[in-house]
Amino acid sequence: MIFWELFKTFFIIGLVSFGGGYAMIPVIELEVTEHDWMTLQEFTDIIAIAGMSPGPIATNSAIFVGYQTAGLLGAVVSALGMILPSLCIILLISMFFNKANKHRTVQSAFYGLRPIIVGLIVYAAIKFALSNQLIGTISTHTFSLLCIFALSLLALVKFRVHPAFVIMSAGVIGVILY
Amino acid sequence: MKIKWKLLWAIFVTFFKIGPVTFGGGYAMIPLIEREVVTKRNWIKAEDVADVFAVAESVPGAIAINSATFIGYRIAGPLGAIVAMFGILTPTFFIIIALSISYLYFSDNPKMIAAFEGIRPAIVALISFAAYKIGQMAITDKTTLVTAFITVVLLLTLPIHPAVIILCGALAGILLVLTKKKLGHEVHLGE
Repeated sequence: MIFWELFKTFFIIGLVSFGGGYAMIPVIELEVTEHDWMTLQEFTDIIAIAGMSPGPIATNSAIFVGYQTAGLLGAVVSALGMILPSLCIILLISMFFNKANKHRTVQSAFYGLRPIIVGLIVYAAIKFALSNQLIGTISTHTFSLLCIFALSLLALVKFRVHPAFVIMSAGVIGVILY
Repeated sequence: MKIKWKLLWAIFVTFFKIGPVTFGGGYAMIPLIEREVVTKRNWIKAEDVADVFAVAESVPGAIAINSATFIGYRIAGPLGAIVAMFGILTPTFFIIIALSISYLYFSDNPKMIAAFEGIRPAIVALISFAAYKIGQMAITDKTTLVTAFITVVLLLTLPIHPAVIILCGALAGILLVLTKKKLGHEVHLGE
């Protein structure tokens, strides 16, 4: 059943979603394409909209995927799947292990976890660049895409422009160029 | 136990109002939460909030939602945690549904297709930026650099589920720190 599939999928993703939403993009992408819920192109669009919307990008994407796949109820079960693991863990920590994050073993675990998160995000970037013909082919189209990429990155790193604004500007450039 | 409906309602409303303004991830929300629960409502102390954000980061899930849940618990126990979580999630949920409907409606429009063509490279930039930001914090020595590199290579070459890699990462962290200690190396665990 589709609702159970959605819930189960996002429950597992919610359980491992350490280090902010961006690391979860490749995980959600893998599940979504394996289940044939949507194509990689559609998924990139979803990430774009989720990134422009208020709220956490991973939870937003889950709601999107749920809605596109199985309507309102699909969105509800996907969101619940995504947040239930956090809720349970937070309740457990609040009740029993108040200082858990100060514990040495927990800190050691994060020592290994954090670089993996970075690896996951780099992987997501490479995957998206490949699927959107940003790298791998040579043409004027690719060149213009690369320019948008470079400008966006510059705006984010150097000028600290707000991500939502970067996405919208890129959209405007897209309408003008293509 | 008597349930304090009024307090729970106040918690729900407070986080409901914060929800729609959390553009650009959880960190943008920290000062907002502080103003609402510390200055305005006097629910918890300022130093407790800093504590909450530190723990919220190390629990799976979005930092904004996690912080709200932790604070809800401190104010009113498990029920407080649940209403705070739903309070912060509800507005964005409906915003996303509205956007979802308009996406289905407009996705065939040539102007929209062109806009998304331009947006896609920006998304790649956004993801690269996230890697850079977290990388600054996570890559503290050669071990972590190699770990990040191996992760990318493994993901690109083998069909491993990322969830498995994440769990292995936690285990590897514990083992690496133990080994390094045995060998007499100094390890900075961040903090």
